[in-house]
Amino acid sequence: MSEECVQVADSANDEKLTPELVAFVEEWKPQPGNVIMVLHQVQEHFGYIPRSVAFEVAERLDVPVAKVYGVITFYHFFRMVRPGRHSIAVCMGTACYLKGGQELINELEMLLGCSNGSVTDDGEFGIEAVRCIGCCGLAPVLTVDGEVFGNLTPDDLPGILAQYRGK
Amino acid sequence: MAYQKYILVCSGESCDADKNHVLQEALQHEIGAAGLGATVQVVKTGCFGFCAKGPMVKVLPEETLYVEVQPSDAATIVQEHLVGGKPVARLCYDRQQSKTHAKLDDIDFYQKQVRIVLRNCGVIDPDSIDEYIARDGYVALEKVLFDMTPEDVIAELRKSDLRGRGGAGFPTWRKWEFTRQVSNPEKYVMCNADEGDPGAYMDRSTLEGDPHSILEAMMIAGYTCGSSKGVIYIRAEYPLAIARLKRAIRQAKDYGLMGDKILGTDFCFDIEIRLGAGAFVCGEETALIASTEGNRGMPRPRPPFPAVKGLWDKPTVINNVETYASIPVIIMKGGDWYARIGTETSKGTKVFALTGKVKNSGLIEVPMGTTLREIVFGIGGGIIGGKTFKAVQTGGPSGGLIPEEYLDTPIDYENLSKLGSIVGSGGMIVMDEDDCVLDVTKFYLDFSVDESCGKCAPCRIGGKTLLTLLDRISKGTGTEDDLAHMKQLSVAMQRASLCGLGQTTPNPVLSIIRHFEDELNTHIKDRHCPAGKCTALVRFDIDAEACIGCTVCARRCPVNCISGERKQVHVIDQERCVKCGACLDACKFNAVIKS
Repeated sequence: MSEECVQVADSANDEKLTPELVAFVEEWKPQPGNVIMVLHQVQEHFGYIPRSVAFEVAERLDVPVAKVYGVITFYHFFRMVRPGRHSIAVCMGTACYLKGGQELINELEMLLGCSNGSVTDDGEFGIEAVRCIGCCGLAPVLTVDGEVFGNLTPDDLPGILAQYRGK
Repeated sequence: MAYQKYILVCSGESCDADKNHVLQEALQHEIGAAGLGATVQVVKTGCFGFCAKGPMVKVLPEETLYVEVQPSDAATIVQEHLVGGKPVARLCYDRQQSKTHAKLDDIDFYQKQVRIVLRNCGVIDPDSIDEYIARDGYVALEKVLFDMTPEDVIAELRKSDLRGRGGAGFPTWRKWEFTRQVSNPEKYVMCNADEGDPGAYMDRSTLEGDPHSILEAMMIAGYTCGSSKGVIYIRAEYPLAIARLKRAIRQAKDYGLMGDKILGTDFCFDIEIRLGAGAFVCGEETALIASTEGNRGMPRPRPPFPAVKGLWDKPTVINNVETYASIPVIIMKGGDWYARIGTETSKGTKVFALTGKVKNSGLIEVPMGTTLREIVFGIGGGIIGGKTFKAVQTGGPSGGLIPEEYLDTPIDYENLSKLGSIVGSGGMIVMDEDDCVLDVTKFYLDFSVDESCGKCAPCRIGGKTLLTLLDRISKGTGTEDDLAHMKQLSVAMQRASLCGLGQTTPNPVLSIIRHFEDELNTHIKDRHCPAGKCTALVRFDIDAEACIGCTVCARRCPVNCISGERKQVHVIDQERCVKCGACLDACKFNAVIKS
């Protein structure tokens, strides 16, 4: 949590809700229990929840900022750090764990020179260990920008990265 | 219809992952090129279940199943099978006996299965309400609205003895009856589609393959309990399922099967979708309600139960996806029919996600009472690579490990609980000799500790302490007293935790103390990990006699801790070694020894 806060302070904070997002917030405002649904839409747009936008959401929905932050930090899905241009999500569900998910993460860390949960210095790739993505039959699995690659060994990784690098 | 043949292509996430849309287009293209466009239809369907062999294609009416089909195979299928009339032997599941094994029912993976929940998965196009209706979809809703009172529905469910498939196994009819009895003009019907158990994807496949069955069942629940509002709480990580549900809701509304005055009756019902955001604890019903209300998903003490005070403090009935998917069939075929399947205490079928070190991994549906051996060695085809079976894990982070001696136990709620595990939501993970029970248990504990919401101390502190103790043992610094301490802590957590998450977190720990005490003691007393998974207890050395000094290991080592000149014996610096095993894999002369 504290680590995330530091990183948030460092990232660009001039993002604002787009007119479409404002319309979405207004549409949901009268409905109770709207915070999570609005945050989903925000993250869908920005890829993360910028600090400035979290404040704007709180103001527009007329809820305390603390409540918005409480929700963001409680759920794994929401993130407050800008993701890499290509997001690599390595599944660490049980089936993938048993079949070598950790080895995929180790190899990626070595290949990209950044640790799990962070983004490469050039902002190209971000690595993240995620909960079961429900393709257990293909374990071990990772996704790059949502595209699934299954039955992997560490040797497959350079080829996969090459498909995305510079794109 | 003018079509004489149908080619069904699986579009479940696991198969889609295998780039199935390309295959679908290739088939379409080849069919057009062969001039068969008017007689052969390509249909995308939900999951066939046999995910280990995807992408899969099924040709109707002959029911020929093709496995591991590549887009480049499309021309062969069209030319040989559709034009030539002969199944393509090389794409059939069993290549040696392609004739006898071409059909779905001939394959051992499917033979022992009874598909009630998955009745439509892999059969219909999930995006087509017409196909659902053609398979008796919404017949149960019609029957309930015109021929049955709410009491009749509950009586039928009572006869069926259906128990909640989310994990706890609470009788569904009682939940509905409680909610029905509370008088309140505003009530809610909720569907728990926040499938968070790592290694399980039953609900995802059901939602992706047959979304209308869930909508139909929720409306039946609405009619029975006196509610006109449904909410599906679904994981945001399942975008395909969400898209298909949304489309299904739109279609049902267009057909007058949802919304105001359904089928001309006075019954009105609407369903909305709310997204989860990745919190395992939200599978607990009070936490799920808190999350749906837009808050942190923290559970609260029960009573009051959701049947009395649920969503927005109104009476609420919550069931899981698989429970709902069973209900239209029970209404159509009757509770007595359903109760004939299964065991004395657990009726009907259960869907399991069979994964891990088993040959045929995939989604299976079997009658309750099927033995673990039938599942792992019959349907699953045994262990990959001729290794030895070690244990099967059921119930995910809330369950336990079951060793070989209990493989002949018929699965039901009571039997698995006697063995220290649970049926749970249906994850079934097979482990072989290379898996360390301690390592796996640490994995689950780590998960549960991470997912603890932190509200109550037994779960927050107890889980963390258990994990620390396990970690100590895996590093070779544990003592025999640690086992007794873990047992004591576990019992305290089971008794004192606020919700199901904390109460079941210790289950994996208790199960290895019970079934694998020897292996734990080997870690403690001999400081040895038999499976070689606990890295702190593993050591790599170079055999001076076998090493020829080729330098391959030194170049492969990620931390450069292997030293030695070319053509001279190499040495591993144990202080710096991270025990990744890269040197062992790299050495062609068997000079690296793992001990």
